[in-house]
Amino acid sequence: MLSFIRKRSVASLISLVGLLVLVFFLSRLTGDPAALFLPVEASAEMKQQFRELHGLNDPLMVQFGRYVGDVVTGDLGESLRKARPALGVVTEAFVWTLWLAVITMSLVTAAAIVVGSLAAFRSGGFFDRLSSIISLVGASVPDFWLAIVAIVVFSVNLAWLPTSGTGSILHWILPIAVLFVRPFGIIVQVVRGSMIGALSSAYVKTARAKGVKAGPIIFIHALRNAMLPVITVIGDQAASLLNGAVVVETIFGFPGVGKLMIDSILQRDFNVVLAAILVTALAIFLMNLLIDLAYALLDPRIRH
Amino acid sequence: MAEHLLEVRNLSVEFHTAAGVVHAVRNISYHLDRGETLAILGESGSGKSVSSAAIMNLIDMPPGRISAGQILLDGKDLLTMPPQARREANGRRIAMIFQDPLSHLNPVYTVGWQIREAMTTHGMPAEQARSEAVRLLTRVGIPDPEGAMGKYPHEFSGGQRQRVMIAMALALRPDLLIADEPTTALDVTVQAEVLALLKELQRETGMGVLIITHDLGVVAEIADRVVVMEKGELVETGTVRDVYKNPKHPYTKKLIGAAPGKGEMHIAQLSGEPLLSVRDIRKRYGSFDALKGVSFDLRAGETMAIVGESGSGKSTLARVLLRLDEPDAGTAHWKGRDLFQLSPSELYKLRRDLQMVFQDPTQSLNPRMTVFQLVSEAWAIHPDILPKRQWRERVAELLVQVGLSAEHMSRYPHQFSGGQRQRIAIARALALEPQLIVCDEAVSALDVSVQAQVIALLDKLRRDMGISFIFIAHDLPVVRDFADYVMVMQKGEVVELGTVREIFETPREAYTKALLAASLDPDPDVQAEHRAARLKRA
Amino acid sequence: MSVSTSDTTITHEPPFPVRMARMLWADKFALCAVIFLLIIIVLALVGPSWLGELATKQNLRGRNLAPFDWSREWVWWMGADALGRPLLARIIVATQNTIMVAAGAVILSSVTGTLLGLVAGFSSPRVGQVIMRLADVIMSFPSLLIAVIVLYLLGSSILNLVAVLSITRIPVYLRTTRAEVLEIRERMFVQAARVMGASQNRILFRHILPVVFPTLTTLATLDFAYVMLAESALSFLGIGIQPPAITWGLMISQGRQYLTNAWWLSFWPGLAIIMTTLSLNLLSNWLRIALDPVQRWRLEMKGRKNG
Repeated sequence: MLSFIRKRSVASLISLVGLLVLVFFLSRLTGDPAALFLPVEASAEMKQQFRELHGLNDPLMVQFGRYVGDVVTGDLGESLRKARPALGVVTEAFVWTLWLAVITMSLVTAAAIVVGSLAAFRSGGFFDRLSSIISLVGASVPDFWLAIVAIVVFSVNLAWLPTSGTGSILHWILPIAVLFVRPFGIIVQVVRGSMIGALSSAYVKTARAKGVKAGPIIFIHALRNAMLPVITVIGDQAASLLNGAVVVETIFGFPGVGKLMIDSILQRDFNVVLAAILVTALAIFLMNLLIDLAYALLDPRIRH
Repeated sequence: MAEHLLEVRNLSVEFHTAAGVVHAVRNISYHLDRGETLAILGESGSGKSVSSAAIMNLIDMPPGRISAGQILLDGKDLLTMPPQARREANGRRIAMIFQDPLSHLNPVYTVGWQIREAMTTHGMPAEQARSEAVRLLTRVGIPDPEGAMGKYPHEFSGGQRQRVMIAMALALRPDLLIADEPTTALDVTVQAEVLALLKELQRETGMGVLIITHDLGVVAEIADRVVVMEKGELVETGTVRDVYKNPKHPYTKKLIGAAPGKGEMHIAQLSGEPLLSVRDIRKRYGSFDALKGVSFDLRAGETMAIVGESGSGKSTLARVLLRLDEPDAGTAHWKGRDLFQLSPSELYKLRRDLQMVFQDPTQSLNPRMTVFQLVSEAWAIHPDILPKRQWRERVAELLVQVGLSAEHMSRYPHQFSGGQRQRIAIARALALEPQLIVCDEAVSALDVSVQAQVIALLDKLRRDMGISFIFIAHDLPVVRDFADYVMVMQKGEVVELGTVREIFETPREAYTKALLAASLDPDPDVQAEHRAARLKRA
Repeated sequence: MSVSTSDTTITHEPPFPVRMARMLWADKFALCAVIFLLIIIVLALVGPSWLGELATKQNLRGRNLAPFDWSREWVWWMGADALGRPLLARIIVATQNTIMVAAGAVILSSVTGTLLGLVAGFSSPRVGQVIMRLADVIMSFPSLLIAVIVLYLLGSSILNLVAVLSITRIPVYLRTTRAEVLEIRERMFVQAARVMGASQNRILFRHILPVVFPTLTTLATLDFAYVMLAESALSFLGIGIQPPAITWGLMISQGRQYLTNAWWLSFWPGLAIIMTTLSLNLLSNWLRIALDPVQRWRLEMKGRKNG
């Protein structure tokens, strides 16, 4: 099992390094880096000064070496707007997003497994149809639209929930609810399909021939097998939850890494953008490792 | 009159499918007593497994429906029992083992857990269930039973997995064991062991055994009485001996007539230059030696049968000879040229001479091509064989030659039956006018009666066109009527090579003898002799 | 001589288009989806030339006009925006950009992804590994974030938008195609073609691609919905399509500041997006069954019952 995990982490590590390289060259090769790092109104003189200060006139490979060195030592530069280390700004914001993602994904996973399993158990029945309509609509709704409609209904018209900020538990409800919808719709469909497959499998037949009750057949025999493809999708969805986080955090004024990234882009604070990319990529790398671990725990065939 | 252990009365089961209502079994009745073995014999589509699924309550309803009949276990109708009582009968009173133990064991739980569950489900305390499970694994002959408890199904061999299934089924000493094709996926020597184990266990426990099979040999080996089914109907029943010696129904007669291994053996003529001369072929996959130096000669018009169990390297040999895999060492001279040294363009030309028919025609025919496209593709690849305007005519000719008709040309493979599909595959091989056809288990996936037809077709092609064959099989009787020479392989090596008479009548090597002894004869008397001989040796 | 077959029952089958039409008729949801999508396609083609002028002409007296005023001309039935332009007309005109960006991205990514997948699955393991690693790099980061960053670096234009959206979606097709190719190339009918001497190209394009094609069609339909959502999110964030060009996503963004007093500005374009993505999802679900020989009977059975 260890060798499996090692192999997978090396593969993801290569991806991580690839991303680093990609970001570096994109930022250096597309026109003038000074224009990216400095405010729009900066003069030609300032740009020249900036280039010399940061060695942007050096050969590309020298710059790349320096960049890698900085990244490895955790030095991601200063935030130009906040005059603080960019890494600190990003990790601060990242904690918020992490909480948002963890809570949302836990809710999504639990709900999707229950709803998907029930739909599969009585496939073609009323509950199955209802859940498939809900999940289809859920997978089709643009999250930013849902967010502003939710604000109109719950914050403006009903005045039940706050529109933005992070003061109380109430502030978390709308962002989580909006982020919940799409992954839920997608995962329910996967759970249902996978569960239907597992329930019609040969080993479930054996269990029935042994006289095992319906409950253990669904939740012990079928579910663990059905979870294998589901876990992969949960991983994918957790990663793309960050897509939703960009939009949702911007709309709800939630101080997470998504909002930070958009703000930094609009404010041309490129060091923060770079740091945010790296931290996010690292987080996704760790999450993929967790997914692999969960996979190996569930399926003994992987461990060998 | 005493009550039977199991009595199926006038059972009818139907399935609602796209093509309308299918009557899977119609009005069938049979019975089984304690200590007795009843075989249900039938080919695919006969409905032989349906009644046992009904006994075990494994029919999905819908689409299935039991439209009439009773299933009495000790006089109580299983079909009208309350669900709770019905479920508790499973595992405790009746148990079942299946054809493919790998897919019938849950891949993510240990073998020990699954055997324990069979007992704890019916209320046995966990501690007792554990020690029972170890005892059962010991009884069915699993080495290191304590260690095996913690292993997963994929860590066992096919035969061991079936033993595990048996241990699980017999955990609560049921009165009735249903075995659905329990040895079909196993090698012949393993099959003999598993059947012997079943018989022993039956003697110990006195249970009734209902065995479902397509194989007359299995019936002869293990059953007391037999029920013959065809297309959902019970056509004949009686003691195994009576049915075999005096079959009444035409279908039973046909089935017995089709059993391989009873015709005249060929007499090989040793003359002429070899067409194919194979020397010392070796092939490794990672650390596994698939072929450890194989050599043989084949003359024009001859048929060489290659027989071996799984892992013997027989299919690897076929793939290497057709250059689907590259060998690590060795030569294969085809009319004096080494096949393994050919340039791509020479190989392309040579493809016309060497063709292959695969095991499963469902897999070997592209599902999205019509029969015309499938057969004529040969000429699209080799345009100099036949001008395009003659394709239609020639495809029609070939289809007639293999026993199909010209109007089948525009159909897709899934519209045909298994035997018909294999005929299409043969027509495709013939399109290139080859001199050698390699048949890799070409009849193994077919029903016995269809098997006989396809072999008859190959035999006719051999006589009419002088084609040579390399005929790969895992089963000796199949090759007996067809081959000139037989090569027995084991673990990548040639164990014995001789004329068909030498191999069948005077085998020299122990392994060949074991293979012959393990292959089941459809005649119950012959099989009884085999059994006696085996007991004496043991 | 028993070379003739014992069973001569060979099932009859109507031609492909007839069967597809029947199966579509059997699934009324999919039928509605197809009809809706056809309307959208027609609107995308004729929209701007038909209503372009009406959709851009400002009318300050009709600012934020409420919807459901049936006394006015039909283009005003959904109300008007902050500059008094009829919303329905604007939605119809915006169809073209919305569909064009999504279609462009889907076509570009599916073709490139499929070709790369074929190469990765059929060439040497090393080339395959390199291609897969590149795909992993793209997949290892949320697609919307990649798009945000790249558009920031390269500047936003329709072309860049299409390019970046398609790059982020290439791995989807690449992985699917490669996985299928690896599986199919081991199948017996490919081996049979090799034994006949078929060339690599023949095997790839005659034997493997037709088998992968239905899966890719289903995937592309689903992806169309995904790309549409991504484009509207980018336009909403202000780094996608730039005014005066319009897409549905941009319309939602423009209506956002009037949310409290004119909800319809954002609501209707959102509904247009939902209806289209929903239709695409329904169509994709139907295709998955209709193009699968193993599952097809479900639809055929239903069709028989209905008809």
